[in-house]
Amino acid sequence: MAAQKKLPFWADAILLPTLNLLAAFLVSGLVIWGLGEDPLEALSLMVDGAFGFQEGVGYTFYYATNFVFTGLAVSVAYHAGLFNIGGEGQAMLGGLGLTLAVFLVGDVSPVLAVLLAIVGAAAFGGAWAFIPAYLQAKRGSHVVITTIMFNFIASALLAYLLVGPLQRPGGQMPESADFPDGVSLMHLQDLFAMMGFTYESGPLNLSALIAVLCAVGVWFMLWRTRFGYELRVVGQNQNAARYAGISVTRMTVIAMMISGGLAGMMGLNELLGEQLRLLGNFTLGYGFVGIAVAFMGRNHPVGIVLAAMLFGALYQGGAELAFEMPNIQRDYIVLIQGLVILFAGAMEHLFRDPVERVFRHFSERRAA
Amino acid sequence: MEFFTDMILLMDSTLRTATPLVLAALAGLVAERSGIVDIGLEGKMLAAAFAAAAAAAVTGSPWMGMLAGVGASVFLALLHGWVSIAQRGNQIVSGMAINIAVAGLAPTLANFWFQKGGQTPLLGDEARFSTITLPFADALADVPVIGALYSELISGHNLITYLAAALIPLVAWMLYKTRFGLRLRAVGENPEAVDTAGISVTLLRYQAMVIAGVLCGLSGSVLSTGLGGGFIRDMSAGKGYLALAAMIFGRWKPVPTLLACLLFGFVDALQGRLQGVALPLIGEIPVQFTMMLPYVLTVVILAGFAGRMDAPKASGTPYEKDH
Repeated sequence: MAAQKKLPFWADAILLPTLNLLAAFLVSGLVIWGLGEDPLEALSLMVDGAFGFQEGVGYTFYYATNFVFTGLAVSVAYHAGLFNIGGEGQAMLGGLGLTLAVFLVGDVSPVLAVLLAIVGAAAFGGAWAFIPAYLQAKRGSHVVITTIMFNFIASALLAYLLVGPLQRPGGQMPESADFPDGVSLMHLQDLFAMMGFTYESGPLNLSALIAVLCAVGVWFMLWRTRFGYELRVVGQNQNAARYAGISVTRMTVIAMMISGGLAGMMGLNELLGEQLRLLGNFTLGYGFVGIAVAFMGRNHPVGIVLAAMLFGALYQGGAELAFEMPNIQRDYIVLIQGLVILFAGAMEHLFRDPVERVFRHFSERRAA
Repeated sequence: MEFFTDMILLMDSTLRTATPLVLAALAGLVAERSGIVDIGLEGKMLAAAFAAAAAAAVTGSPWMGMLAGVGASVFLALLHGWVSIAQRGNQIVSGMAINIAVAGLAPTLANFWFQKGGQTPLLGDEARFSTITLPFADALADVPVIGALYSELISGHNLITYLAAALIPLVAWMLYKTRFGLRLRAVGENPEAVDTAGISVTLLRYQAMVIAGVLCGLSGSVLSTGLGGGFIRDMSAGKGYLALAAMIFGRWKPVPTLLACLLFGFVDALQGRLQGVALPLIGEIPVQFTMMLPYVLTVVILAGFAGRMDAPKASGTPYEKDH
């Protein structure tokens, strides 16, 4: 067989993801049609709900912020050859770390509390990823199963704390007391107002900028540092890594902890930005969305930010859709996620092979 | 005597909770023995639970439910097979995608068809596999020890539980005593050799996926039409993953896998019994902690048994012929 000619960059980075996405949307549309609704009308309702008005756009970016964190989390692990499905549990623990930090120093200094909360979120999320990572590296326990188990364990742990020691005094709901006054991340409309713009008030807050910084940081770490290079070598070929003197155990554990830390920071947006208290199951499956975001974004930070915005739009638009079309609930968005993971993550060859054939055909013709 | 009755009751619910686990674990075992890692057990189970409950609710027959459940599960198994075999896709990703898609699709359809917030209607007794009282169970009930063992523990389960008990030796026999089983095991260890012998790797793997689909379909059906009386959201609750862990703990062999499933079933039954009970020294354990037990056990078991070495050698890798 002749040496395979690589696809041009644009085909690999733009054409193929678009085709995968279209296929996933096509199936999603068929389901809407099966539910007795008009797919095109549904699409226009979603686009309008996500981008049609200022508040909608704010929510789109707000959800996108969650997905940047969880998407980066999945991709850092993936570059090290690990499939971290524990984003959900790591985010819950991150939320716990954040909350503990806030209550520890919130009354002393709000600024210190916010800084400590950021550290707490990342540290607890990373710590929750440590055990599965260690077991994978040392004992060969499959990280996929252990991280899923840690999701269930985290959920039960949070449920216990929120009806027990951390419950709001006198409260009935599984939630903590409100954070002390002033311990929160600034909302972006307030920031805009300081710069002289007015923007309708919404949930979008400084975590969006933190998320973008994380994306830049992950890019720099993976492609511009020796550490990132070693991490990717471990992901590509463990034997090669061992020959090169890289400790696979060490890289596995560190990559998973960075991954868990990123997932843990999701709580910054949800809790420190918007809810201002710890809620049971505040993660709402956002950890799992990270898988779809990472595959859709080709595991590259730029792609992840774009894919996160797509999913943010899908969530916000989906909420509007569920409001307008009675046969469509929010569960439907979960289906789209699954389909995107299937088409973009597992059925890559479906379009890659034909597209490569077409390109080879044309390049041979030119050569002849 | 009270302790004895307690133990019988505990073992009785162990058998019940182990049923869906062992069926799913056997499904995973057949798939992995053929070289396909199937982390989509969870999704197949959930899909089957939904399809079975929906069909049983509409037709009033648990048999139609079972047929629909198995059908849904086989369809997903073949989809996973197609992605893994023909598309040479990442099998873990494909399995997760199926799990997530089903978690969204099942409640969406349930809501569309039944308008009950993502559930199916409660099934009446005629639409479920209700408990079967074995012959002489009533007559023997008063005989000491044996009576309790027979009429409480062995009698009084639903049909699928008995079916599962029959399927375990059947699957073991198929794997180890038939030509098909030999080929199936070979294709998971060394597909090149099977191919060289002129046997189709592709066909064998698809066949394995159909068997896995049927077993997993039964597992889901028992959840919603045997143990439960209808489909509820997320009713598989990680059982597909527990089954996978049991299979690894059972080192990809039927009998040890059965024992692992019984252990998981026992822990699950135990956690049900522990709720609200004050233990000596420790006192009452908060319900959230008892609920964690099966998941913690899974991690401990996986940590204690570095099992990867025993996995079929070719599992997880797509087979590509050299050109």
